[in-house]
This record gives sequence, C-alpha cells and structure tokens, in this order.
Amino acid sequence: MAEAGIRAGCRAYFGYPITPQNELLEYMAAHMPKVGGIFIQAESEVAAINMCYGASAAGARTMTSSSSPGISLKMEGISYLAGADLPTVLINVVRGGPGLGNIAPAQGDYFQATKGGGHGDYRMIVLAPATIPESIELVMLAFELADRYRVPVMVLADGMLGQMMEPVLFPEPVDPAALPAKPWAITGARGRRPNRISSYFLDPAELSARNVKRQRRYQQIEEQEIRYEEHETADATLVVAAYGSVARIARTAVRMARSEGIKLGLLRPITVWPFPYSPLRALSRRVDAILTVEMNAGQMVEDVRLAVAERAETPFYGKLGGLVPTPKDILREVKRYAS
Amino acid sequence: MDNTFIFAGFGGQGVILAGKLLAQAGADYGLEVTWLPSYGPEMRGGTANCTVVLSDEPIGSPVVDNPSALVAMNLPSLERFEKAVVEAGTVVVNSSLVTRRVERNDVTELTIPANDIAASLGNPRAANMVALGALVKATGIFPLDIIKRAMVRMLSDKGSGKLIEVNERALEAGYEAV
Repeated sequence: MAEAGIRAGCRAYFGYPITPQNELLEYMAAHMPKVGGIFIQAESEVAAINMCYGASAAGARTMTSSSSPGISLKMEGISYLAGADLPTVLINVVRGGPGLGNIAPAQGDYFQATKGGGHGDYRMIVLAPATIPESIELVMLAFELADRYRVPVMVLADGMLGQMMEPVLFPEPVDPAALPAKPWAITGARGRRPNRISSYFLDPAELSARNVKRQRRYQQIEEQEIRYEEHETADATLVVAAYGSVARIARTAVRMARSEGIKLGLLRPITVWPFPYSPLRALSRRVDAILTVEMNAGQMVEDVRLAVAERAETPFYGKLGGLVPTPKDILREVKRYAS
Repeated sequence: MDNTFIFAGFGGQGVILAGKLLAQAGADYGLEVTWLPSYGPEMRGGTANCTVVLSDEPIGSPVVDNPSALVAMNLPSLERFEKAVVEAGTVVVNSSLVTRRVERNDVTELTIPANDIAASLGNPRAANMVALGALVKATGIFPLDIIKRAMVRMLSDKGSGKLIEVNERALEAGYEAV
C-alpha cells in the first residue's frame, strides 16, 4: 500500500507508529527519500493528520496511515480536511477494539469510517480492499478520487491485509508533475488573487452555502462512484454480503456451498461509502435471505437492512475482538438459512 | 486444487520464515499464493504459526480450516492442529522436541528429528529448514531446487548470506530424511 501511494504520486507522508501497520511507515521511511518525497514520523497521530492538511493545502498528494486507536485521534483533523475541501488519503488497518483492543484483524471501525467519526456534516469516500493486489489498486484510485472530488478518502483495510503476503504486479507510476493543476491550492499568490483555505466561516449564510455545495459533490459521488462485486449471484437463492478480508473468506464458503448444491452467492461492497444500496435492493427481490458477515457486532448489516427493507431475511453473523471467521464458520451459518 | 499448509511452533523456531519461503517458492513456481501469519506481540517464546495456500487458481480464503499438511515444531502445535489436518494429509513432526506420536491413523506421519539434524550440521537454528525440506519431499509440491533458490535470494536480500550454506544443507538433509 505504501508503494502504491508512492506510485500514485504521493510525495508527502506523515504518520505515527502503531501495529499492525508499522510496515507501511517503515517502507515510507526507506523509500520516500528515494523519490524526493517527504517522510515525517510526527509526534502524534493528531500532528500527522494536520501535516496532511497543510501539505494538501499546498497542493501535494498526501497520505497518512494508522490503525483503529490512532485513527480515532485523527478524527478531528479529518473533519477539518473535509470542511476545508482538502483531499488526502488515509489508510486504516483496522484492529480489535474498542479502546486499545488488540492487534488482530477486525472490522469494528465501519461506523466510524462510513458515518463520520469526526464532527459536522461530512462524508469520506471509503474503499474496502479484499486482497493485497486490490489494496494496491484501491490506494491508487483513492488518490484519483481525493483530488477529483476534493475529499478525504479512506482505505479501510484490516489486520489480516496488514500482515499477510501475496504476490502483486504494480501499475506504472504516476508522474506527480503531470497531474492536473490545483488552482485552489496555496502556492504563493504571485500574479493572482490569494487563495484561502479554511473550514471557519462565522457567517451562517456563507457556511450554509459551502455546505450545500459540498453536499452536491457528495451526491455526485453517490451517483458515480459506487463500486461492488457480485459473485455467483445469477441463480442464487441465498447471498452473503461481506467486505474486505471477510469477503474473500466468504468466497471460499460460496465454493464449498455450491459443491453441496446450495445456491449461494456473494455481494461484496468495494466502496462502503458510497454504499451499493441499489444492487442489494435488486438482489433482495429475488433471493430468500442476505446473510451479512462481519468481524464486528453488526455494523454494515444496518446498511444492508436499509437496502433490503423487508423484502428478504437479513440475518447477521459476526466474530468479535479480533477473531476471524473461517470458510466453515460461514458455511455452517449459511446452512441455517438454506432450507 | 488448493494445497494448504500450517507451520506451527514456538516464536523463534523459524516457522514464520519457513512458511514465507514456501510461499515465495510457490510464487516462483507460477502458483497463486497467500501467506498469513498469526503470532503474539512477543518475538520469542510465544506461539507462532502461519498458513500458506498454494493453488493453480485465484485463492479465496487465506484462512484455512483443514490444512493438507501440518509442520508441528513442538508439542503444543501438534495438539492444537493435529485434528484439523485433512484425511490422508501429511503431518511433519519435529521429533527432537515432540516425544509422542500422531494419534490419528488416517494421515501420513513423518517424524523428523529436525533439531538434532540441524545441530549435526552445525546450526541448531536451521531446524525449520530441515522440516521444510521434509515437507517438500513428502508432499511433492515442487522440486527442492525451487525452495533452495528462493532461500538463497531471501537470505541474500536480508544480508544473511553467510547462512546460505548451512540452510541449504539443512533443506537437503530434511529432504533426504523422508
């Protein structure tokens, strides 16, 4: 993910160590200087996100990364970035929580990521990779989307993606000098009117106008950027909805179920905000049940239920505290509803 | 068809590295590969294991319920994973540390005195490579050369070039011990 960031043209990374994502920081420390970029191990997570704010305001492609407790500390900064219409890319390698929790894989930060963990009316595009090759693809995409919409974009990974290895092929690097200009950036006001970047607008009418404009951009994102994958859903009577690592585990459960004659499919949101409500709605009209599987006590399932309404059963299966479901665990649960 | 492996032992026995090497060799051999570690925050003394999946098609779950082969470097590892191995699977037991036999009779058991063999080669810490050599022979996944080449590259990259020779001999000794 670090290399993908560099290849996406990121030349300013700010972070603070926390397991299970220290490899990312270490990689950036070793490789950012080689491409003439900035690596700073900040004094805290709060400092790191605010360094992103500053460098993004100056027009750079910026990135920070952390894991759950560290991401909580960044929430204030994320709200400020959103309020100032600044792009940045954040990676959350989610671990067991709440509190200090543990360093095992978890998905307990879904609400925080998709419903706004910071204050104010803001949204973040949230991309949820399921494999290491997809993590690379989505980190590259995150930078594109952040710049296109001037929003913070989060890549929501988990401790499993943070620790495992898989062979990958990297795409060609982006030349930072060839990226589209950012006429809004603070680059020195020579020969033009000064740009101002702030989230502070005392006049309610002005703040309202800025919010309305921003909400229109969010609406545009919802119309254009929903990404998801359907696997074996064409003839399915039962579908598992899962994102991230759990989705790839569920994929094996689909294969096992099919070999036993159970018509199981998989719907995997790739963007968890914007959430793929319509494909789920469409599925709910022709399947008996949509089983949501997560490594939490039931968070994405609320979005699934919003999409499905009462058209199909919407059971939930979750593992907590850093436990990871196995394909057999999921299959066992599927069988309860596959009659 | 998936080939799934669990390497388990004490932290410091090199099970994580042995699994990495198998995964790297699998990728070199043109297979799809995942490597998934599981260990506590401590570097040595705790328990550690890793799961490797090798497949000729894209891999779904890197988490495995029933491995086709287990390498148990100590007793707690055998106790924890013995029952999970698939029927007709392979269990490599480090008999230098594990004094009991495998309790099942529907799996192939290989008792390899990995620590003793490694010690006789002059480096007891190469026990992991002895076990890996035995695993490669027993499962016939690919020729030993593929593992050797991956090991040479991995140790050179880590700046541990002086360990190449003993590790090579350990891989060979494990391979011959089956």
